[in-house]
Amino acid sequence: MRITIKVRRFNPEAPKPQPYWQDYTLEVTKTSTVLDALIRIREEVDESLALRCSCRSAICGSCAMRINGHASLACKTKVSAVVDAHNTLTVEPMGNLPVIKDLVVDMTPHWHKVRAVEPWLQPVGPEPQGEYLAPNEAMLHLAGVMNCIMCGACVSDCTVLEVDSNFLGPAALAKAYRFVADPRDGMTKERLAKYNAYGGIWDCTRCYECVQVCPKGVAPMDRIMAMRERAIGMGLKDTYGARHTLAFEELVEHSGRLDELRLPLKTFGYTNIPKLVGLLPIALRALPKQKAPSPFHKPIPEVKSFQTTFRKARQAAETERQAPTSQAHHG
Amino acid sequence: MQEYHVLVIGAGLAGMRAALEAHKQGARVALMSKVHPVRSHSNAAQGGINAALTDRGDRWEDHAYDTVKGSDWLGDQDAIEVMCKEAGQELISLEHMGVIFNRDEQGRLGTRAFGGQRRARTFFVADITGQAILHVMYEQILKSGIALFEEWFCTDLVVENGRCVGCVAMEIRTGRVAFIPARTVILATGGLGRVFEPSTNALICTGDGMALAYRAGVPLMDMEMVQYHPTTLKGSGVLITEGARGEGAYLLNKDGERFMARYAPTMMELASRDVVSRAEMTEIAEGRGVDGCVLLDCRHLGEKKIRERLSQIYEIGLDFAGVDITKEPIPIRPGMHYQMGGIKTDIWGRCWDPQGKWQGVEGLFAAGECACVSVHGGNRLGANSLLDTVVFGRRAGATAAQWAQDKPLPTLNDAHWVQKTETRIRTLLARENNGDTVARIRWEMGTTMDQFLGVFREQEGMEQALRTLRQLRQRYNKVSVRDKGRTFNTALIFALELDYMLECAEAIVRSGLERKESRGAHYRRDFPKRDDANWLKHILLYWRGENDPPTITYLPVTITQWPPEKRVY
Ligand SMILES: Cc1cc2nc3c(=O)[nH]c(=O)nc-3n(C[C@H](O)[C@H](O)[C@H](O)COP(=O)(O)OP(=O)(O)OC[C@H]3O[C@@H](n4cnc5c(N)ncnc54)[C@H](O)[C@@H]3O)c2cc1C
Ligand code: SF4
Ligand code: SF4
Ligand code: FES
Repeated sequence: MRITIKVRRFNPEAPKPQPYWQDYTLEVTKTSTVLDALIRIREEVDESLALRCSCRSAICGSCAMRINGHASLACKTKVSAVVDAHNTLTVEPMGNLPVIKDLVVDMTPHWHKVRAVEPWLQPVGPEPQGEYLAPNEAMLHLAGVMNCIMCGACVSDCTVLEVDSNFLGPAALAKAYRFVADPRDGMTKERLAKYNAYGGIWDCTRCYECVQVCPKGVAPMDRIMAMRERAIGMGLKDTYGARHTLAFEELVEHSGRLDELRLPLKTFGYTNIPKLVGLLPIALRALPKQKAPSPFHKPIPEVKSFQTTFRKARQAAETERQAPTSQAHHG
Repeated sequence: MQEYHVLVIGAGLAGMRAALEAHKQGARVALMSKVHPVRSHSNAAQGGINAALTDRGDRWEDHAYDTVKGSDWLGDQDAIEVMCKEAGQELISLEHMGVIFNRDEQGRLGTRAFGGQRRARTFFVADITGQAILHVMYEQILKSGIALFEEWFCTDLVVENGRCVGCVAMEIRTGRVAFIPARTVILATGGLGRVFEPSTNALICTGDGMALAYRAGVPLMDMEMVQYHPTTLKGSGVLITEGARGEGAYLLNKDGERFMARYAPTMMELASRDVVSRAEMTEIAEGRGVDGCVLLDCRHLGEKKIRERLSQIYEIGLDFAGVDITKEPIPIRPGMHYQMGGIKTDIWGRCWDPQGKWQGVEGLFAAGECACVSVHGGNRLGANSLLDTVVFGRRAGATAAQWAQDKPLPTLNDAHWVQKTETRIRTLLARENNGDTVARIRWEMGTTMDQFLGVFREQEGMEQALRTLRQLRQRYNKVSVRDKGRTFNTALIFALELDYMLECAEAIVRSGLERKESRGAHYRRDFPKRDDANWLKHILLYWRGENDPPTITYLPVTITQWPPEKRVY
């Protein structure tokens, strides 16, 4: 199959460094990966094409890049699966990270964030003689998160990072979850209190992008949501995000649907005048579009049965929340 | 630059374990790697790590015997004893660091069966064991605050008056060359898989450390012992872990026969790797293969077990061979996998012998796949390599930290050393394009090695390989690098690596020609028998310059309690 790869290139040593597109046309087979093709280009056509790669089997995490606009591992992406009708595909460096050269980005900002979640086991109490005893299910559950190869694909495509570089980001937070959910770790609450802060678990907008692009099924967003729930479960409710969620829950339970006027009031507190004033422009902009919440909020007719269902759901969630918190015992 | 007590080159499991231990002992430590630590090749280890735990009714002596037998009696038994005795303690400390090993019903560490061993003593994390341990080890490095040189490529070891005093390295991002002074240097640069084509190894496994130590004056030992893994994918050489057979997968020929019954009736698919690889090659050669392969059949294991315990292979099957292993058998064949030989060290990781039985370089240490202690001898058992990296990584770290304590550095001429490397790089970059490329030379080297130094070898083929390698060296000396920049110049890195690979390749061939018997992975059609009378000994090569053949010497194998026996599985 004859294909064309359009590569977004950048040479910082050029007289006037500017990103530009370069097309390479080459012959590949049905099973060729994008990485195979790029390596062929590098070896046979253009030695100056810079990219990182090593394992060729989706395990070292080196080769994440944007293929047709979405981050993925070049070594895990078959050419045949991504070419368009003209047998063409595009390759760019990952987003949300500074480009060093061609497809190579500077991951330092990301590594700093990983470091910031204190990603090491912090047990309390004396170390056991042998191993910590822990349920296999808990370990298998964690293996799902340990699957993360720190490729950065999720970081590249996270919609919050695009506008707020302070956000810890999906990969670092998934890593954080790995300790929160580890029955051997003794600092769960302290950790959650930390991740609760600005730039942490409440800054995710649940856009789902990270779940979609992750090549290893880590589902960072789900891990972030799990931490939100844990944080609230542990009584760490003093954040805008947590109050928002709780208010949401309370209001819905009360009337069977969302009271959008009371939600911000409850979230920020009825007396938080500066913050509420800050919200006014949004409300004013919403008014002419008839999107402003109605001040007259009526419960839905089936509110009673709704409330019963709601309570049941909460109880179920409660039981689930209790289960994995059981501490590892020393054995 | 400030003077480090311990400079570790290589941030795979061996390197990080060494750095952590040296740090724990109070040394000022730096850790250097040409890729970010979590990109190191240790992450590829799928199957697991061996340890005989007393409280599971296992005995380290049994593990040691299996290892000795696996090594075809070429492993040094004092070193094997150390490794098997310390395995339990190392495993537990990995668990304490945070590794999330799979558990049994009681919540204790669970095991799986692996080749060449009579007992299930392989501990694992699904089939991401190496990755899970590597990432946890990196967490500990972050916690320790050890100085990191990430994406720095070591180009030279600096030896003055017989002592290693640091290294010269290039920061890949900027192309800047620097001298890094250190009282001790630990090489933990991993294997040389890419010297062969194809190989299960990552593209970064280019034998740098072996070539660096060799040229610095440390002998390479047992370099002929190259392991071919029985289950690799055709073409790419991507590995299917032995864990698959450990979980019960079958090997079938084209007639659907479990052919291992004819080669290893007791251990069947779980015989030692060299044995299984030879059986497969024999089946293929005698016309019972399928398109140059045999078949690995997982279907009877059931979807649940496959998904839970072999999830990565399931994915690899889909991604790289287009095969759903729950539904059809997957074609596999033997492929280059591991280098048993390497930089000669003692059981403390030292690359010199205080007793003077062999020559080396003071202040230099080595651990992991680049080193040869030797615990693997003629053939490494599955899941013994990770163990090797942590046990001897830790010992090298501890010994280096102690040795460094009262050995400050002499005054050094940094500029001289930087200049030397800088000149080498400039020459490479300035050279005129003559039509030849680094990639082509590497390809020819790799396929030559695969053809003549694979599962079956003989005199004539190896001599042919040596002639080819000499020609490739000539061509290498004229090859140009087409990227002339200094920022992240991967073409330049490949050119530097190829120099090391050619050095390693030649060492393998020279050793292979020297050993006139068949032992472990070294199987010679012209000498098909093991010959204990003449060859129960290690082969050491000393570098004597680019144009001269190495000096060859021997060391006796250390036998403590297991005298040589016939090896049947
Ligand atoms: C596919 C596969 C599966 C395997 N499965 C298992 C298994 O299940 N169990 C088992 O026990 N073993 C297994 N092995 C073997 C085992 O993984 C390796 O032998 C072991 O991990 C090697 O570790 P290491 O620390 O010595 O080197 P590596 O992990 O390879 O690390 C080498 C380090 O050196 C650095 N480096 C190299 N050259 C330079 C240089 N010039 N300058 C700076 N840095 C440099 C690299 O960047 C890297 O950080 C497997 C191997 C493969 C290929
Ligand atoms: S779901 Fe959250 S973490 Fe994931 S990409 Fe979207 S904003 Fe980022
Ligand atoms: S969570 Fe997934 S996408 Fe993000 S770094 Fe880890 S493996 Fe990559
Ligand atoms: S090359 Fe390692 S993840 Fe793609």
